[in-house]
Amino acid sequence: MPEIATKETTREITFAEAVREALAEEMRRDSRVVILGEDVAEAGTPFKVLSGLVEEFGTQRVIDTPISEAGFTGLAVGAAMTGLRPVVDIMFGDFITLTMDQMVNQAAKVHYMSGGKWKVPMVMRTTLGAARRSAAQHSQSLHAWFSHVPGLKVVLPSTPYDAKGLLKTAIRDENPVIFFEDKMMFKMKGPVPLEEYTIPLGVADVKRVGTDITFVATSSMVQVALAAAVMLEEIGISAEVIDPRTTWPLDEKTLVESAKKTSRAIVIDEGYGRYGVTAELAAVIAEGAFFNLDAPVKRLGAMHVPIPFSPPLEDATVPNEQMVFDAARKLCGRS
Amino acid sequence: MKTVADRRTKIETGTGAELWLHMYRQMTAIRLFEEQVNELYTRALMPGLAHLYVGEEAVAVGVCEALTPEDYITSTHRGHGHCLAKGAAPDRMFAELLGKEAGYCKGKGGSMHIADPTTGNLGANAIVAGSTGIATGAAFSAKQLGTKQVAVCFFGEGALGQGVLYEVMNLAQLWKLPVIYVCENNFYNEYTHYLETTAGDIQARAAAFGMPAESVDGQDVRAVHAIATRLVERARRGEGPAFLVCNTYRMRGHHVGDINREYYRSKKEEQEWGDRDPIKRLGDWLIKEKHAGAETLHDMESEIRREMEAAVKFAVAAAYPGPEEVDQDVYA
Ligand SMILES: Cc1ncc(C[n+]2csc(CCOP(=O)(O)OP(=O)(O)O)c2C)c(N)n1
Repeated sequence: MPEIATKETTREITFAEAVREALAEEMRRDSRVVILGEDVAEAGTPFKVLSGLVEEFGTQRVIDTPISEAGFTGLAVGAAMTGLRPVVDIMFGDFITLTMDQMVNQAAKVHYMSGGKWKVPMVMRTTLGAARRSAAQHSQSLHAWFSHVPGLKVVLPSTPYDAKGLLKTAIRDENPVIFFEDKMMFKMKGPVPLEEYTIPLGVADVKRVGTDITFVATSSMVQVALAAAVMLEEIGISAEVIDPRTTWPLDEKTLVESAKKTSRAIVIDEGYGRYGVTAELAAVIAEGAFFNLDAPVKRLGAMHVPIPFSPPLEDATVPNEQMVFDAARKLCGRS
Repeated sequence: MKTVADRRTKIETGTGAELWLHMYRQMTAIRLFEEQVNELYTRALMPGLAHLYVGEEAVAVGVCEALTPEDYITSTHRGHGHCLAKGAAPDRMFAELLGKEAGYCKGKGGSMHIADPTTGNLGANAIVAGSTGIATGAAFSAKQLGTKQVAVCFFGEGALGQGVLYEVMNLAQLWKLPVIYVCENNFYNEYTHYLETTAGDIQARAAAFGMPAESVDGQDVRAVHAIATRLVERARRGEGPAFLVCNTYRMRGHHVGDINREYYRSKKEEQEWGDRDPIKRLGDWLIKEKHAGAETLHDMESEIRREMEAAVKFAVAAAYPGPEEVDQDVYA
């Protein structure tokens, strides 16, 4: 858990502000950092996450691109290899599909294929998450795609504090890092220190301490897991909430230790379950904590359908606290 | 089925007024549809985003009136106009926009994904350039199956940034496919002027493939229709694809919530384009040529307005899909 500092050393800012601060600080610190993406400059992106950056850093470093995701991502790979530290902005996580060759066959491979000679220090920032009534092509959580590929690091911040610290680390990393932000979280506020800090990749965070069941939750699902934990408290079940914060590198130890302690685990992630992040995390727990588990590891994720537009249908496709509560109660034999 | 050729004969024999009045009606219907969308959205009755077509009506209508009901179109995130011009019913469109069971896609698609096989609408698409492959594929089928259908691919100038467009244009020209690429140049990719994102000449992109490329005043439905008719019939005869740039303007924001636009375009520019309103332009011409009196046009507008109000009422009252619908239509 982040050391909650005193009033003088911390303040409440939004998730979007935390992302913006991380970028601004890294751009001040390192003139090689440039931002590339659609409507990132004057518009500051449709979500207004980057508002104000072009005023400080100018259009030479906050660069509006054509609607050419494959093109500018590929350009970022080359620029990263040759002296810049690009941060590309892919407006919606759904559009990463257009960048796949550049990320999977180029960015992820360059370091290894060149025998470690070339490096690709770039970051891709994009979004995940449904529930905005944006329908099937603007609502997906596709972070599992990148998590599958050796050579890519994948970050899933769930609080303003984590977003800022992890993004700064991602920008300083020598390898390609994909940074997924939950669209629904941009306005969420949380404490962030005034002082500079970074958070290492590959270190999980215990968001809540508990004894009866472990929730391993990512990104948008961390708040859902925390809310379910509060509901469970009322019926006498103590839930621990672990946020891996990065799907790769993965802090297997923290996950396994927690599951060993509580003997039950539910993995909650907004991506699709099949061949997804929940599958991998559940396998890690099942392997590592097998002899301590009192129940099979349970998984909750997006329903296996394209995300529907109609509000009542869309709501049914995303895990909510009631679903987590019900699953936990059952797993604890309290139905 | 009334064919394009029949209509052409009518124009030539002096009874063409009927066609232009029909187009006036279609354009007005799109405008009033969008006004209702704006209203629904601002009253928080419509979920999601709404990208209005206000100001661009002459493109959809001029092009779609050159098509038969069997011809195909693909559309974009700004697709209400294309769908209506190709024959969609406003009540089922509104129902889709509100996520209701009675909508064209049972509420599963919403504003950006209206699709309707009965009017040849292969679907609106929320991925920029996402439908360029689909339109080209429909033309490929038409050619292989010998159906004489033509496919029209509508896209904004923002799609010129996507590589897939050039891949399919090359295929279409190589294989002489009956597809018309209609580039609606409304000057803005969201909040960025197209000159900041688009190098060189737009038409020259098609010309480089040896594809006929034309450009037209997209605020003049008669001009759009004349060129579209020529290109569509050429494609239908098996002479291959074409590229048509329609210069137009989106009079509203990128989406309904885009209200303060002065950081990317001036009020003066909006005003100037407002003066070139395609509906007013056709209306003035109809009156000048004595094809219609001001009163006729006014009555027509009132009648359409009532139709739209009734359609909205239908959609608001319609039911949401039942929960069992959520995993229907998924085949894998
Ligand atoms: C591949 C992809 N990238 C980005 C977007 C986000 N986006 C939606 S509309 C739009 C601008 C489109 O401009 P244009 O094609 O000219 O169409 P217009 O909105 O002007 O009708 C952008 C960037 C998207 N939907 N798809």
